[in-house]
Amino acid sequence: MPSETATTVQATYPSRFNAFVGGLWRIIRSIHLPLNDPFAMIGIVIYLVFFLVAVFANQIAPYDPTEILFTEAYDLAADRLPGEDGFVLGTTSLGRDIFSQLVYGSQSALLIGLTAAAVVAVIGTIVGLISGYFGGVVDMMLMRLADIAFGIPFLPFVIVLAAFMEPSIWNVVFAMALILWRDTGRVVRSQVLSLRTRAYVEAARVSGSSNLKIVFRHIAPNILPLSFLYGSIAIGWAILTEASISFLGFGDPETISWGYMLQDAYASQALSTGAYYWFIPPGVCIVLVVVAGFFISRGYEEILFPKLKE
Amino acid sequence: MSGVKRFGSRLLQLVFVLWAVATILFLIFRLMPGSPLAAYIDPSFTEEQQRILMARFGLDRSLFDQYLLYIWNLLHGDLGESFFYGQPVGERVLMLLPNTLVLSLFSIILAYMIGVVGGAYLAWKRGSFLEGATIPFVLTTRAMPEFWLGMVLLAVFSFSLGWFPAGGMRTAGSEYPSLLALYTSGDFWRHLFLPALTLAIYFHGLPLLLMRSNMLDVMSEDFVTMAKIKGLSNWTIVVRHAARNALLPVATSLAIAIGYQMQGSVVVETVFSWPGLGRELVRAVSASDYPLAQGAFLLIAVVVILMNLLADLLYGLLDPRISHA
Repeated sequence: MPSETATTVQATYPSRFNAFVGGLWRIIRSIHLPLNDPFAMIGIVIYLVFFLVAVFANQIAPYDPTEILFTEAYDLAADRLPGEDGFVLGTTSLGRDIFSQLVYGSQSALLIGLTAAAVVAVIGTIVGLISGYFGGVVDMMLMRLADIAFGIPFLPFVIVLAAFMEPSIWNVVFAMALILWRDTGRVVRSQVLSLRTRAYVEAARVSGSSNLKIVFRHIAPNILPLSFLYGSIAIGWAILTEASISFLGFGDPETISWGYMLQDAYASQALSTGAYYWFIPPGVCIVLVVVAGFFISRGYEEILFPKLKE
Repeated sequence: MSGVKRFGSRLLQLVFVLWAVATILFLIFRLMPGSPLAAYIDPSFTEEQQRILMARFGLDRSLFDQYLLYIWNLLHGDLGESFFYGQPVGERVLMLLPNTLVLSLFSIILAYMIGVVGGAYLAWKRGSFLEGATIPFVLTTRAMPEFWLGMVLLAVFSFSLGWFPAGGMRTAGSEYPSLLALYTSGDFWRHLFLPALTLAIYFHGLPLLLMRSNMLDVMSEDFVTMAKIKGLSNWTIVVRHAARNALLPVATSLAIAIGYQMQGSVVVETVFSWPGLGRELVRAVSASDYPLAQGAFLLIAVVVILMNLLADLLYGLLDPRISHA
């Protein structure tokens, strides 16, 4: 890089940086993390724990989750009970360490959950903003699209889509982006409809603000909590959907997820052999992560609709 | 907008959505890589045989002609022929539909019985410990993957305790003269119970929370205060005055519930080997039996769309304020 541009970049850096921090702070403030709601706090703590487990998975997991393990006597370490031969949660019938799979499963769960939630919230919010603010033909077309999305049964749609694409955990995210923006979109739209008639929006329009500025500067910050409410529900949906798809056998066989573990257990007759240690832990993990999202969304609901608290 | 006009526009919307879903399905099934007959055509087929086969399924024409043919056939109720069974798809899916509907309906009835009674009871016992634990409990049941709940119930009540059969719809080898005879047999109900319970546990939260919050609303109304002043017993107030009024919105949610239940049954039917539409869809997709997968999907979509319409209309009917929006 030529030194000239480097200095100009450096010179403008602080002010840009301040603007960035200022913008970030505004976003954080308008998100209104529901910190005083005990359930929401439990949800946030659950997320933090799973987040740390996912980040430090290779330090926490004692084995490679796909490795077929042998005992010191070179016997296949299959169907070990929890605690036996030092396997915390036992092993699968192919001799893989269940605890390690569980730890690595948190990675794909969080990856899918967070990306899907972000995609759903962003698409839904933008559709709602445009539809509600501009109205007219654009609104009509977007809302007819939402009608169609409501007419498509979600899980069957993901199955059909997953069957035609390369097996990948991103299929679920893609399908959610195509279908599940509908709920966020409709709710945001109705909120925008009421916001755009408020006096301060009127004032901004009269003083010559562009449409873009009104939408993103004056209206969008007020609907961010709503987007986050739907986003935190979408995390749960994404994880549940991925689990269902993996369980039905349309998941990515290369990626260890909790849904994959459950499918493996089901197909390996773990139910009839009573191998509870195999199929209970992944289910409990799914429930914990999904319910954490629900708890946080409830915290948002109480901020958004204080009447519910009564 | 008048009632008739509203109904007309909703009906128009229904036709539009049905057409759009059918078109999207066509595009998914035709635009995917490879021939849809890849799983069907044996490599040993001669060039000539392949061409005849392509012509039989209309695959030698242009995409647009295929689309017109597809819509034309749909309008005549012709869903094509299953690759795997060699049987008309329409016949096959309509044969499986009742099994799915019975499972859905029974589980919904179960869920709404638990939900309505539980919700009313919790609103009555407002402020108790039990009531405080409700919402986290309900949210937890909603967070469970339905198939996992099914697996746990299967492992406990079927494999460990042996109280219920491990799957299917009837004991192998049993014969019934008619569908009605099957549906009224004790054997069928023993098979039905666990999958229905799975779906009901998953689904009872919606009616329960709705009923609870409606009850709390109604309980603060003047006529309930009046009943209290009159000295009526708690039981009479809750059951005869409050619950009847709180029930209306819960009833409208029923139609939506059936639509969702149809989707949830895909995984539950697979866990319990229940011979329904959802399991058939999964099997057809796995076996690349495209006409059958398409037919099963369309039928599920039709039920979902019809139930959405029904819920809308019921809602407008029961709460006249809605139709003015």
